[in-house]
Amino acid sequence: MATPQPNTADQLGISTEYQYGFHDDIKPAFKSRKGLDEEVINQMCDIKEEPDWMRQYRLNAYQIFKQKPMTKWGGDLSQLDFDDIYYYVKASDRSERSWDDVPEDIKRTFDRLGIPEAERKFLAGVGAQYDSEVVYHSIVEELDKIGVIFLDTDTAVKEYPELVKKYFGTIIPSADNQFAALNSAAWSGGSFVYVPPGVKVDYPLQAYFRINSENMGQFERTLIIADEGSQVHYVEGCTAPIYNSESLHSAVVEIVCMKGSRVRYTTIQNWANNVYNLVTKRALAYEDAQMEWVDGNLGSKLTMKYPSVYMMEPGARGEILSIAFASKGQHQDAGAKVYHCAPNTTSQITSKSISKDGGRSSYRGWVDVAKGAKGCKSHVVCDALILDKDSRSDTYPVIEIGENDTNIEHEARVSKIGEEQLFYLMSRGLSEEEASTMIVNGFIEPLVKELPMEYAVEMNRLIQLQMEGSVG
Amino acid sequence: MSNDLVIKDLHINVQGKPIIKGLNLNVNQGEIHALMGPNGSGKSTLANGLMGHPLYDIDAGEVIFNGINVLELEPNERAKLGLFLAFQYPTAIPGVSLANFLRLAVSAVRSESTNGTENAELIPMREFRRELRDKMRQLGVDDSFATRYLNDGFSGGEKKRAEILQLAMLEPKIAILDETDSGLDIDAVRIVGESVNRLIGPELGVLIITHYPRLLDYIRPQFVHILLDGRIVESGGWELTQLLEAEGYEPVREKHGIAEAE
Ligand SMILES: Nc1ncnc2c1ncn2[C@@H]1O[C@H](COP(=O)(O)OP(=O)(O)O)[C@@H](O)[C@H]1O
Ligand SMILES: [Mg+2]
Repeated sequence: MATPQPNTADQLGISTEYQYGFHDDIKPAFKSRKGLDEEVINQMCDIKEEPDWMRQYRLNAYQIFKQKPMTKWGGDLSQLDFDDIYYYVKASDRSERSWDDVPEDIKRTFDRLGIPEAERKFLAGVGAQYDSEVVYHSIVEELDKIGVIFLDTDTAVKEYPELVKKYFGTIIPSADNQFAALNSAAWSGGSFVYVPPGVKVDYPLQAYFRINSENMGQFERTLIIADEGSQVHYVEGCTAPIYNSESLHSAVVEIVCMKGSRVRYTTIQNWANNVYNLVTKRALAYEDAQMEWVDGNLGSKLTMKYPSVYMMEPGARGEILSIAFASKGQHQDAGAKVYHCAPNTTSQITSKSISKDGGRSSYRGWVDVAKGAKGCKSHVVCDALILDKDSRSDTYPVIEIGENDTNIEHEARVSKIGEEQLFYLMSRGLSEEEASTMIVNGFIEPLVKELPMEYAVEMNRLIQLQMEGSVG
Repeated sequence: MSNDLVIKDLHINVQGKPIIKGLNLNVNQGEIHALMGPNGSGKSTLANGLMGHPLYDIDAGEVIFNGINVLELEPNERAKLGLFLAFQYPTAIPGVSLANFLRLAVSAVRSESTNGTENAELIPMREFRRELRDKMRQLGVDDSFATRYLNDGFSGGEKKRAEILQLAMLEPKIAILDETDSGLDIDAVRIVGESVNRLIGPELGVLIITHYPRLLDYIRPQFVHILLDGRIVESGGWELTQLLEAEGYEPVREKHGIAEAE
């Protein structure tokens, strides 16, 4: 209908600088050579001064990685060259504990990422991963007092070796898939959280991090253990700078929800257009425990991510709410997996995708009900919104049921932005861009309203940026 | 008379089928017109065409508003000039609250710019909230309306009241009300009628479209027009509504030699 105007970002009250593409000039303290082999792993272990069991774990995982064939399903990985990636980059020598110790240029980057002042105070502890190392990590005293551990995983390996060793790699073994193996060999950073029995953390634990070195792999490793009857909400938000060459991000997130506990893990990621974002996320939920994944994926060249919940004991519940926005040159292959391993377990999957300017989004879902797991319920809703005729959306749902006494519902809807909706909004004075942005924001509202306030605002802004100049 | 809406020999077709076939009508600010016609006579087609719906093709004719030929303009540009359409079937926009939507709409129509591709600068939240609350109270609309998703799961009556609330907030010069009374029970018609009455004044011209004169018991038009087969076949005053009430459209059809639509 209309031609786009320049300066739309300004008019929407968004600084055009806030494009997530800036690249502060940070000098890494150490950078391994390109590619991964035993020598690089040993070097990494030496610098990190890691215990021997972790060194062995890494080397073992590396053997598995070497033997795994290239992943053939999901998206196109043919451009991904494992030898052309830096596997270990250390940004500064120490893990910072107080904000005052954080180097100026790093602070500047945080400023530009838009973490508001007020929010900093509120932050339970900002686990900020800068390059492959956590450089800033402040833990509020309250967390200490109530016995909650919230550390970067590297530090946790040193300070809580028994606890880490007991769970690390037990939820997602190295051999699980090619990228889990790679992460197990090369991981750095990520968060370790332990919440003692009965403790409810009533503010979200947040980790901010970003990639900041060309061709650097980002392999963080997160482990969350919620002990019996505890509650915690972990939030991971991420923006990445724009690069010239391919960039790989391959995280592993392992979560254990013990009896009666409740964990929510929220992610909002907006990757640069050249990033491969290949993530394995899995949670085990025991008796009456509840696990919720809230997952928002924007940007990247290819995202493959399917948060999963294994419901191990009766009464467990898994919920996955995911949203993917695929723009030009992007493939979002996202979804969810739920495994009903015990009777009377319930799950809910809500997946929303938006495809625009030739972008492609796929929903890949797996619902599994084990034999003998009677009285299980699963409800899956997949909504796809396609903004133009060049864009694409597919769904690949798999349902494996080994038990008759179950109740599974699957709904899938594909819609286009309706002419009637656009006309209605435009007849009230909205420009075509404002109208379509409003419709898209409405479409993802069920997810956005689950986010903490500042992330909800950020999410709507990101959508606005994605929609800019999209009308023609 | 600078803000006239002047419709001259207008022809509109929908998917290749001629629906409006040479229609002439003038509406001024401060005037109340009723356009009456049986189902299928083209009333909504006229309303949609005037507002710039992309499915409704203008074959011939002119629509001059405020001295400007609006047929070249996007729907939002027409809205910025002061044209408003209360829809017969308002569209639901799930996930978008009435308040968020209205804040952007009000900001857009009040901005200086008439350029339809420019995005609006939002009016301050406090100011907007106060105004919205006041207007909602005046119209007797429940406070919960503001946070509900636009027309999503609204009852018929709620949808029509939301349209009138938008009319009140956007303060157009000329408003077209397309069957704002249809599908409502007697009480709802009264509430909507009284609400519109409150908005009527020298600054607002209204074209009330209806096929049944119930709403006109509450809003007395000065001018009444009868639409049959894409043309205005009779224009007059209040007496025309009485005639239709008593005898229906049949005598008018016969008089003008127009068969009942298929
Ligand atoms: N969007 C549309 N698509 C197809 N036909 C339409 C559409 N709108 C109107 N028409 C046709 O135009 C004619 C007049 O319809 P309409 O303008 O809705 O009449 P009224 O509002 O007077 O009941 C009808 O034959 C109707 O089928
Ligand atoms: Mg109609």
